[in-house]
Amino acid sequence: MAEVTDVVCSLCGCVCDDIVVEVENNAVTKVKRGACSVGKAKLLGHHRIKAPMMRVNGELKEISYDDAIKKAAEILAHARRPLLYGWSSTVCEADRVGVELAEYLGGVVDNTATVCHGPSVLAIQDVGLPSCTLGQIKNRADIIIYWGSNPTAAHANHMKRYSYISKGFWTAEGKKDKKMVVVDVRETKTSKMADVFVQVKPGGDYPVFSALRAILRGQAEIIPDEVGGVPKAKLLEVAEMMKKAKFGIIFFGMGVTHSRGRQNNIVNAIQLTRAAHLYGKWSIMPMRGHYNVTGFNQVCTWQTGFPYSVDFSRGYAWYNPGETSSTDLLARGEADAALIIASDPGAHFPGEALRHLAKIPTVMIDPFPNPTMEFADVVIPVAISGIECEGGVYRMDNVPLRLRKVIDTDYYIPDEKIVERIFDEVRAIKAKEGGV
Amino acid sequence: MEGIKAILISGRTMIQGQNLDSKLSEDFNEVAVVCELHVQDMASLGVAPGEPVKVTTAFGSVVVKAKQDEGNPVGMVFIPMGPWANALVSGNTHGAGMPSYKGIAATVEKTTGPVLSVKELMRTYMG
Repeated sequence: MAEVTDVVCSLCGCVCDDIVVEVENNAVTKVKRGACSVGKAKLLGHHRIKAPMMRVNGELKEISYDDAIKKAAEILAHARRPLLYGWSSTVCEADRVGVELAEYLGGVVDNTATVCHGPSVLAIQDVGLPSCTLGQIKNRADIIIYWGSNPTAAHANHMKRYSYISKGFWTAEGKKDKKMVVVDVRETKTSKMADVFVQVKPGGDYPVFSALRAILRGQAEIIPDEVGGVPKAKLLEVAEMMKKAKFGIIFFGMGVTHSRGRQNNIVNAIQLTRAAHLYGKWSIMPMRGHYNVTGFNQVCTWQTGFPYSVDFSRGYAWYNPGETSSTDLLARGEADAALIIASDPGAHFPGEALRHLAKIPTVMIDPFPNPTMEFADVVIPVAISGIECEGGVYRMDNVPLRLRKVIDTDYYIPDEKIVERIFDEVRAIKAKEGGV
Repeated sequence: MEGIKAILISGRTMIQGQNLDSKLSEDFNEVAVVCELHVQDMASLGVAPGEPVKVTTAFGSVVVKAKQDEGNPVGMVFIPMGPWANALVSGNTHGAGMPSYKGIAATVEKTTGPVLSVKELMRTYMG
């Protein structure tokens, strides 16, 4: 038995990097410290896809890696409008090859931001983002706001490592030195821990951001008795807390990106952060979901100038979420083939988009079986990044970290190598048949 | 049986997260195939915890199991993010690329089932 320290978790955007595990007979047998229950479940292992597969007469049959890669390349090389989607539960090295492959194919490359913080990215491009690192928050923040975000369910270590419960250099007493405000449409475990819970009506976030901005800018008298389901007295209470902060942070989640207003909600949240600068230091940060959803947006921006939903069909990078985003492309019935990697649209896309995905030839690359597999024509299993192979990822605060390899695999191939091999085959097909 | 009108939201739950990489398992079927309702809404529908309810929106309909949750205001129902919730979501992104996963007008009614498994639900998209 061996102890491995400083294991980096490849589950959520917290990317906890202080995990200690025990390894025996090339398997993780125990998670000793550091991981939350969700991260622990991943480290201890799940059912795997045992071998590459291809659909024959409606049933998936096992085939060799070589044959699966060839078949995947044929599907992509012969498509006119392929969608290359996912890229968030893998490492930046794989994302780099994926973006290049999409450009070569004249396809569309998109990541899971399209169904999580896509609107946040749009808002940040519009008005910028006054932000900071999680380390700064841990050491300095005395007021923490979780808005439309439920970290006890989605980012279980977030409060302990970085915010309300963590003990920092200037917040040595932990939560005694801090106040927490939770804004949500319903009571959650997170809201029950808060010093102040602000319950908004569904879709009421935008006016509540506006009302707080007005109060911070000295216009409290124009606020009606109730805004977005929140009594004026509660808004005044929160604004007073915000005025007193030395270092405040607004963390926001799907509660605002998935609701009416979308990117406009986030623009307003960022403007609220700016208004709070009249009184103290404030930052704002999206609670990114997958461990490397942020990394794909970084990589895609380096390579194309745009963070996600990039369409290469014109011969250059074209970015227009709402047109070039996966849900739209599928719901319009436009994509004629799909490569799904490191994500699960089968579980997370609207039914209307799935009806089209089910019709088109689909290649799935993932370590684990999932609902998308029901539609897949070629299934290629891979090594688990952060357990069986290493690579670079970006934490939710855009801090790059390197995933470690904890155990060996003599069978499964990393995502990067699989995508490279598919790319090589695609080039060979195009060289033979003409095309690109 | 008369149904109730409700606002549907979907989102992460802890147990659903623990089963992120095992969505075809029985466990995932157990945790993601629920609809959390306020006790008053459960009483209006005449359903007990674990009994099937049919949730319908303009975009689809699914049968899931009722679960009591006092965190939801009366008239708001919650389904964990996953295939069952998404069967009820529109593909229209209003020009932003983002579907409306939260705040969907829905009706909830008592039913006799059946609750579909992940695989059965996925098959409804085929053909």
